[in-house]
Amino acid sequence: MDFKLNEDRRMLDETLTRFLADKYEITKRNEIAYSEAGHDAKIWQEIVELGIIGALFTEDEGGFSGEGFDIALVFEALGKALCPEPFLGALLAGKALAAGGAEHAAMLEDIVTGAKIGAVGFEEEASHYELAHVVTKATKTAGGYELDGVKSVVTHAQIADVIIISARLSGGVDDATGLALFAVPAGVDGLSIRDYNNVDGGRSGEVVLSKVKLAANALIAGGEAAFDLLETLAGYAHLALSAEGLGIMEVMKLQTLEFLKLRTQFGVPIGKFQVLQHRMVDLVLEIEQARSAVINAATLSDDAVVRGKNLSAAKLTIGETGHKVAEEAIQLHGGIGMTWEMPVSHYAKRLVMIDHQFGDEDYHLARYIELSKS
Amino acid sequence: MDLSFSAEEEAFRGEVQAFLKEKLRPELSAKMKLGGAPSKAEMEEWHALLNERGWLANHWPKEYGGAGWTPVKKFIFELESELAFAPRIVPFGVSMLAPVLIKYGSDAQKKHWLPRILDGSDWWCQGYSEPGAGSDLASLKTSAVREGDHYIVNGQKAWTTMAQHADMIFCLVRTSKEGKRQEGISFLLIDMKTAGIDVKPVITIEGGHEVNEVFFTDVKVPIENLVGEENKGWTYAKYLLTYERTNIAGIGGSIALLGHLKQAARKRKKHGKPLLDEPYFAARVARVEIALENMKTTNLRVLADVAAGGAPGAESSLLKIKGTVIYQELTSLMRRAMGAYAAPYFPEAADEGFNGQVGPDEALHAAEDYFNHRKLSIFGGSNEIQRNIVSKMMLGL
Repeated sequence: MDFKLNEDRRMLDETLTRFLADKYEITKRNEIAYSEAGHDAKIWQEIVELGIIGALFTEDEGGFSGEGFDIALVFEALGKALCPEPFLGALLAGKALAAGGAEHAAMLEDIVTGAKIGAVGFEEEASHYELAHVVTKATKTAGGYELDGVKSVVTHAQIADVIIISARLSGGVDDATGLALFAVPAGVDGLSIRDYNNVDGGRSGEVVLSKVKLAANALIAGGEAAFDLLETLAGYAHLALSAEGLGIMEVMKLQTLEFLKLRTQFGVPIGKFQVLQHRMVDLVLEIEQARSAVINAATLSDDAVVRGKNLSAAKLTIGETGHKVAEEAIQLHGGIGMTWEMPVSHYAKRLVMIDHQFGDEDYHLARYIELSKS
Repeated sequence: MDLSFSAEEEAFRGEVQAFLKEKLRPELSAKMKLGGAPSKAEMEEWHALLNERGWLANHWPKEYGGAGWTPVKKFIFELESELAFAPRIVPFGVSMLAPVLIKYGSDAQKKHWLPRILDGSDWWCQGYSEPGAGSDLASLKTSAVREGDHYIVNGQKAWTTMAQHADMIFCLVRTSKEGKRQEGISFLLIDMKTAGIDVKPVITIEGGHEVNEVFFTDVKVPIENLVGEENKGWTYAKYLLTYERTNIAGIGGSIALLGHLKQAARKRKKHGKPLLDEPYFAARVARVEIALENMKTTNLRVLADVAAGGAPGAESSLLKIKGTVIYQELTSLMRRAMGAYAAPYFPEAADEGFNGQVGPDEALHAAEDYFNHRKLSIFGGSNEIQRNIVSKMMLGL
């Protein structure tokens, strides 16, 4: 048993945390996150030069780790800084391209080095997180494929150089079979993006595919492999988002604790009131449980059922604990917690919105129960 | 990052499992599995088996007849014992009194009392709480007044678990009313057969008899039964609280009960299908299972800290709060799983030859077990007291 970070991880964590704290001081972060770009291309390049993306990928994939604990470490650090840069896109697009084989090797390399930005579009208007629900149509043509459909709330769509899209070659709208994954390059004819800011900062877009013609080698996975790959990719998202949520909660814990010690009412710091103390203790306890959930998920067990259950358990725990921490942190701050000026409000927004990416608490509860039956 | 036990620890786990398989009578574990309480004879039987193997006082130093286990080994032993539905080691003598004697007792006291704990000569109970001193233990009033070679003890202890079986009681008594309340308390060992001691049962919510009131009227206690110094008893009592409490969450018991619950809920049918597959019930089970899986890792994290030389401080309090809440939820789900059959009540079930049960086997004690385990969040420092501890020691509020 050993829960300490090894030397390499400790250094990675320190470097990244220090860098992010410096670059994303909260006022600056908010300017960037709520700007029309939703991120900062210059800072992104600087982070990329630190080699951080390499931690998300194995040596075969062009990185230097790819272990669950490193993915968790990076995203926890990103969460602590509310970093609005396209790391999740890099992780998911990169893993997809890696599964796509030689045809996608060049783009994979660009994603891992950070030269190109990746995004994924799996969600649709009526899918409500179900990966198999795909209306977007793929038609086989003489030269390759043609795509038609709309992908919803694709994070960083506007700045992406490549968007990984799920589309249906055959079968009914909710079938897990008949799916395919494609690498859709930015700027291709028929691709249009209606982009907008998100409530928690950062930018997403509706990706409209209208008779988008792709070469045959744009295909990443088809047949049985497509849905399996979708699930694998979603699993990485569950881990990354859970770790990001954990990082956010750790910061909110410190912010709230500090506030309880500083804010005076009735002549004493409000942290002297037992009713508030006990609520704070409950938050601390649940955050420790959430950390354990992320550790369990980060093991990325070779047993697919165990891995899936751990990942859903983590995403559910982060969802459940996340909205509790967000709501309680605001409540314990009182009126000031409601203001744009206070950092805690921005942390609360991001934390709650994590539950709206790749499956919320209810989705993961249902998935956990399904996996328990196997 | 490594969540697994070492090869040596795994080998030890195998040893414990083999021991349990060989020595734990199936009838006894079956009874425990269904929520039955072990009798005094059954607890003594289990203690004797453990003592024979040298595992009863597993955390005592070897020089006193202990096994000198590391916290990890102790944790593994307790985990496996709970998973096998073995009786718990009765903690009063082995785990509560002995560490205090070893640290603060005289040589004569150690030489006399420790072997008697091991061989079962003395059954101990704990005299801390009083009717007016629960969470606020330092307000205790039971008095001990020195008269020649004796203390004369007067007062009343409350919630004294298993006092009906006990030969001896270790008590916190007031020897001074001067200064701070905590500084007038002493630690006394009292023979339960002494004239003036009266034990009255307290029947708890489910109808069981675990706890008692113990009354002291002019009870004569020889002064050699004072542990350590007069008026230092609070220090000794507090020492116990910092003593190894890494299994306070009792996750083994929760894991075992969860398995038992799932088995029972698979057998129970609704619309001809297992209750376990009914969505609302399945959701309740899944949530507590996830909390327990998280708890397991939280517990291992604390254990790893302790193994690396850290002291489990307020973290034990976090484990206690969450661990007890999880166990209580599991007893609640077992009660729900039994449907209408949770209601029939057979207090005579412990009697020899009882076969009057109705409904599924698991229904026999399901509701009793649920009501009985409300105690978990109250005793051993209520969960509210644990929150006070965390708030003060960990959060600095």
